Amino acid sequence: MMKAFANLIKKIFAVFPVFFLVCATVSSAQESRSVQIKGSDTMVNLGQAWAEVFMGHHPEALLAVTGGGSGTGIAALLNGTCDIAQSSRKISEKEYALASEKFQNVQEIPTAMDAVAFVVHPDNPVKQVTIEQLSDIFTGKMENWKELGGEDKPILALSRERNSGTHVYVLEDVVRKGNPKGPEEFAPSVLMMPSSQAIEQEVSSNRAAIGYFGLGYLSPHLRALAVREDRTGEFIAPGLESALDGSYPVSRPLYFYLPGEPRGLVKEFIDFVLSEEGQAVVLDMQFVPLRKDAPQV
Amino acid sequence: MRKYYEFVVEGLIFASGIASIIFVLLIFIFLLKEGLMVFRDVGLFDFLFGKFWYPISEPPRLGILPLILGSLWVTVGATIISVPLGIACAIFIGEIAPGWLREILKAGVELLAAIPSIVLGFIGLVTLVPLVKKFFGLPTGLTAIAGSIMLAFMAMPTIVSIMEDALNAVPKGYREGSIAMGATKWQTIHRIVLPSASSGIIAAVMLGIGRVIGETMAVMMITGNAAVIPHTFFQPVRTMTATIAAEMGETVQGSEHYFALFAIGIVLFAITFLVNLLADLSLHRKPVRA
Repeated sequence: MMKAFANLIKKIFAVFPVFFLVCATVSSAQESRSVQIKGSDTMVNLGQAWAEVFMGHHPEALLAVTGGGSGTGIAALLNGTCDIAQSSRKISEKEYALASEKFQNVQEIPTAMDAVAFVVHPDNPVKQVTIEQLSDIFTGKMENWKELGGEDKPILALSRERNSGTHVYVLEDVVRKGNPKGPEEFAPSVLMMPSSQAIEQEVSSNRAAIGYFGLGYLSPHLRALAVREDRTGEFIAPGLESALDGSYPVSRPLYFYLPGEPRGLVKEFIDFVLSEEGQAVVLDMQFVPLRKDAPQV
Repeated sequence: MRKYYEFVVEGLIFASGIASIIFVLLIFIFLLKEGLMVFRDVGLFDFLFGKFWYPISEPPRLGILPLILGSLWVTVGATIISVPLGIACAIFIGEIAPGWLREILKAGVELLAAIPSIVLGFIGLVTLVPLVKKFFGLPTGLTAIAGSIMLAFMAMPTIVSIMEDALNAVPKGYREGSIAMGATKWQTIHRIVLPSASSGIIAAVMLGIGRVIGETMAVMMITGNAAVIPHTFFQPVRTMTATIAAEMGETVQGSEHYFALFAIGIVLFAITFLVNLLADLSLHRKPVRA
């Protein structure tokens, strides 16, 4: 046991110089071949999948993809600590103004689409809602499942934290019903969950809960509600098809933001993301490809 | 030559000695510089007693009363749970347990202190939260009480180890005298040892509270983070620490929201400073004559 341990230590020390050598070569020779990608938690798995396939074609390239939330990504872009910010919401006017002060030519590139699913416990009898009702639930106007034809139980509304692009998107497009400057707010009693998994965990074990997240997180432990945009429309269940043909009302583009015209490796990466192969990755990851390049489903 | 050497060594030791003070000062100055900027946009009274926290709206509403109360509720709950438990545990370890058991228990308590808070938070999320929901029949288990229970675990090691030191510091003669007078063991502990160690006990409790107020990750994971003004332990709450942790990554440097988070930091700093000061004062108070 002790001997094995000592051997391990020896091995580690033997590898160290090699490791440093490799690091040094990589950082000196390949400095321009590394790209920092940061932002949306919704997109982090997608970004990683793109990066893996891309690095498969370009073994010399180094792409680092990290999450933290869309706001985190855009803040990192402004502070100059990432090359590409992934964002599941549009950059705000304030952020755009700040970015324009620092950079000549801020770029916005839509890369894929995502649908936001509103989920409840599978035993919850409520199966469909309108945008109006969702807004009432999250602003605290509607407090009991009874009002939606469900059980006589207080509604427990769950939201993502404020650093989430999904939070901002739902705030503007659902809570404020498409008017970003509307007066509606999430009620103070809405629980702010630190991640999509935390929402999944709570909804799957709580019959009175309702939460939301991107399509990719749907699981058999939850049921997604069908949503209707206005009084005349139909209730549409969220899914790849309904998001692709645009009939599901709560879907949004996912963006890359860049500080300037893409050049070098960043440009190659973006060309890849927008190519047919890149868009096939989108479909693989349970997101919705951009319509113009969409493969037939 | 030798004198020169002495001088250098003394200088180095002096520098290391005051380094921590300098760091604290620098941190405090930075905190003040960034945090006070928020008061260009919002008055002190509206900041501390505003009931709504909507930092990303236009215009933002920056009232931190729900956050202060959230932190207070969780802390009060954790204190109510951990103090009696901690005191009882320290008495058992320090006064009653036989030598071999004492060592095992001490090691156990120290091990408890070594568990990273995010691990405790994760365990709390999957085990404690559903339990709290079921046990109290609540709409959700993500509540102040779940946070309090989890934080009580984190405060315990601090309380127990400092209190045990305080009990150890009580001169042996006190105990022997008491027993010689015909007092029972419990009478000795309760009438002689505890009063003599009271200042250390207060310090232990204060430092435990300080630990609880500053705790972040576990609280963020299990208290629900809803910025309501809490009325009971069985409601979701949003603490100051969780707010800073959840929102700091997102803010743009130089925005009102960014300054507001630093101002919350000042409030937290002031509270922990006060708590530590109280602990220090009670530690250096002259021991009460038993």
